[in-house]
Amino acid sequence: MAKNDGYLSARESRRISRENRRVTKVFEKQHKRKNVPEKEYLTQMKDPNNSVEFENLHTYFFTDVGTSKAVDGVSFDVPIGKTVGVVGESGCGKSVTSLSLMQLLQRPQGQIVEGSIRLNMGDGKAYEITKAPNEVMQKLRGNYISMIFQEPMTALNPVFRIGEQVNEVLQLHNEDMSEESVRERTIELLEMVGIANSEGVYKMFPHELSGGMRQRVVIAMALACNPKIIIADEPTTALDVTIQAQILDLLRQLKDKINSSIMFITHDLGVIAEMADIVVVMYAGRIVEKGTAEEIFKHPAHPYTIGLMNSKPIVGKKVDKLYSIPGKVPNPINMPDYCYFKDRCELCVDKCSGEYPGVVKLSDTHEVSCYRYYDRKEGE
Amino acid sequence: MRKYILKRILLSIVILFFVTLIIYTLMRCLPTSYIEGIARQKSMQPGSKSYEEWMAQLTAMYNMDKGIIPGFISWWGSIFRGDFGDSWFYTVPVIEKFNEVIWLSFIMGAISLVLELIIAIPLGILAATKQYSKTDYAITVIALAGISLPTFFFASLMKLVFSVRLGWFDLFGLVGRNHEQLTEWGKFLDKANHLVLPIVVLVVISIGGLMRYTRTNMLEVLNSDYIRTARAKGLSERKVIYHHAFRNTLIPLVTIVGGSLPGLFSGALITETLFSIPGIGYTSFHAMVGGDIPFSMFYLTFLAVLTLAGNLIADILYAVVDPRVRIA
Repeated sequence: MAKNDGYLSARESRRISRENRRVTKVFEKQHKRKNVPEKEYLTQMKDPNNSVEFENLHTYFFTDVGTSKAVDGVSFDVPIGKTVGVVGESGCGKSVTSLSLMQLLQRPQGQIVEGSIRLNMGDGKAYEITKAPNEVMQKLRGNYISMIFQEPMTALNPVFRIGEQVNEVLQLHNEDMSEESVRERTIELLEMVGIANSEGVYKMFPHELSGGMRQRVVIAMALACNPKIIIADEPTTALDVTIQAQILDLLRQLKDKINSSIMFITHDLGVIAEMADIVVVMYAGRIVEKGTAEEIFKHPAHPYTIGLMNSKPIVGKKVDKLYSIPGKVPNPINMPDYCYFKDRCELCVDKCSGEYPGVVKLSDTHEVSCYRYYDRKEGE
Repeated sequence: MRKYILKRILLSIVILFFVTLIIYTLMRCLPTSYIEGIARQKSMQPGSKSYEEWMAQLTAMYNMDKGIIPGFISWWGSIFRGDFGDSWFYTVPVIEKFNEVIWLSFIMGAISLVLELIIAIPLGILAATKQYSKTDYAITVIALAGISLPTFFFASLMKLVFSVRLGWFDLFGLVGRNHEQLTEWGKFLDKANHLVLPIVVLVVISIGGLMRYTRTNMLEVLNSDYIRTARAKGLSERKVIYHHAFRNTLIPLVTIVGGSLPGLFSGALITETLFSIPGIGYTSFHAMVGGDIPFSMFYLTFLAVLTLAGNLIADILYAVVDPRVRIA
C-alpha cells in the first residue's frame, strides 16, 4: 500500500493504474449497454412516500494514488414534497452523493460500487439508479431529476444565448412542443425566477449577466420540466447575502408550486435552518447524524454537529474568536478503522478507539453514529 | 471595429517598413553576389575586359553602386511606383515570374490545408473523448511522429519507398517524360500524379500540431462546468460533444486556422525544392541561392505581408466566433 510519506514508487503507481482500469472497465461496460430490459432496473420503494431512497451507497474514485472512498455507506430518504439538507465540510462527499443520483460522476474514475439508489417514478413504479444504463438516465436527467450547480459563473455555456440554453431542455424532453410554445415557456420560466427583463435576457449571452442573474438562469433551466426532485448543490454559495435570500425564497415558492422534493446541499447552517425539513450531517463520506431540522438544531448529538453549531456566528453574542473544529477532514484514501472524527473530537470516550460506531436511534427520526450514546441504546 | 482594423493596418505598414529594412540590409550583405558571378564569367571570355572593369560597369548597370540606405530608399521609391523590378536570375519582371509560379503553390497549399483539417480535427476530438485509451495513445504517437519528423528526412523516406522501391511516382518534377504527347486530361492527371507525394509530405508534417492543439482544447472544454450542465439536462453524449463542446473548441481552432490562411500563398520552400516542383518556394530558393536581390526582396516582403495579414485575420476572427470578445 501507499507509504506514509505520500510518495508512490513507479511500480506501485503502475499497479494501481492497472488495477483501476480493470475495475472501471467492468462498470463502464454496464453503463454503455443498450436496450436493457426494464425489469433489470425496476425495483420497489421501501416507503411509497419517499421520492428517493439512498441505501448503503458506496461511491469510490479510482485515482492514480489509490481508491478514494468519497461516499462510504450512506443511507437516507428524501420524502415527497420535503426539503432534505445535506451539510458537512468541504470534501465530505455531499456533492458526490448527489452526482451519484444523477449518474454524473467523473467517469471512468468515479463509480458507484455498492448499494442502491431508488427513485420513485409514481404509480408504484421505482427505478434502481445504480443499475440503470445511460440511455435511461438521459431521459430522467433534466426531466425527472434536475440539478442546480454551485458555480453560476461557469455553469452556462459561454457561446450560446440564454434562451437557446433553456429552450434546449424543454425541446429535449417535450418533443411535441412547438417552437413558439417553447419560447413562451422559456420566457415564462425566466420571469418565474425573478428576471425582470426576460425578453432581453432571452437574447443575451451568459457573460452579459451578473452572477445572481446567471444563477437564476441555471435555476430556470433546472425547473423547466417540473422535475420531481431538485438537487440544489450549494446554489447560494457564490452569491451575496441579499441575492441569497431572494434565491432561497424563490426555491421555497417553487417547491410548493410544483410539489417536488429538494435535496439541498450546503455548508451554510443558517441556510439549512431556514430551508430544510430534514437534516443529514455528513463527515468523510459517511452520515454521522440525521434528524429533523428541529432535532439537529435544538439537540445536536454528534460532537461534529455540535462543533459545526458552535462555529457559526450568532447575532448579539460577543466572542473574541469564532470557534473552529481543530484539524481537517481526513484523506479519504486509507481511512482508519475507528470513528473518522476521533482525531479531531474533543468529547472522546475510551471506546472511541474501537471500530467505527454503529447507528444509535435517539428518536424515530433522529439517528447518530457515536459511542457516547451507546449507553442510552443499551438502556432502552 | 472599422477603426480598430484601420489602426491595425496602419501599424502593420510601420512594421513592414522596418521588416523590409532588415531584409534589404541582409540581402545586400549576402556572400553570394549575382553581379560578381556574371563579372567573373565575362572576364574569363577571351579578349575581354578585366574583372574589375566588368564589376564597375555591371554594378552601375544593376543600380547597386549606392550604399545600403540610399539603395533601400530607391527600392521603396520604385515600389511606390508599382515597380518591383526585373528578376536578375530569371531575366523577366518579378511580377510576371511570381504570377507564373504562385498558383501551383496555392493549389498545393489549399489541398494540403483541407486534408489537414479533415484529418487532424476529428482525430483530435476522438483522442480527447477517449482520453488515455488505446485510441488516444495511438493517435498521440502518430501526431508526435508527424511533429518530430524533419521534412527533408520524411520526404526522402517517401521517395525511397514509393518512387525507388515501388515505382508508383516519379522522383521529382511536375511533369513526366512524355508530358507533351498527352491529351489535355492526361496532362492534368500527369501533374496530379506528381503532386501526390509533396502533398502527402506536407499533410503528414502538419497534422500533428493541429491534432494536439484540438485535443488539448477539447479536453479543457470537456472538463468545464457547462459540459456537466449540458449532461445534467439529459442531452445525449453525441450532442454534448459535437454541439456544446465542439462549438467552444472551435474558438481557438478558427483563429489559428484563419491566421494561417494567408500562408497558403507562401509556398513550401523545403518540400517544393526537394521535389523540384516549380512553385513559389522553389523559385525563390533558386533566386536566393543565385543572389537575385529584386526577386528575393519581393518574396520576403510578400511573406512579411502575409504574416501581418494572418495576425490581423486571427484577431478579427476571435471577435467573430467568441461572443465574449468585442474589439474596439
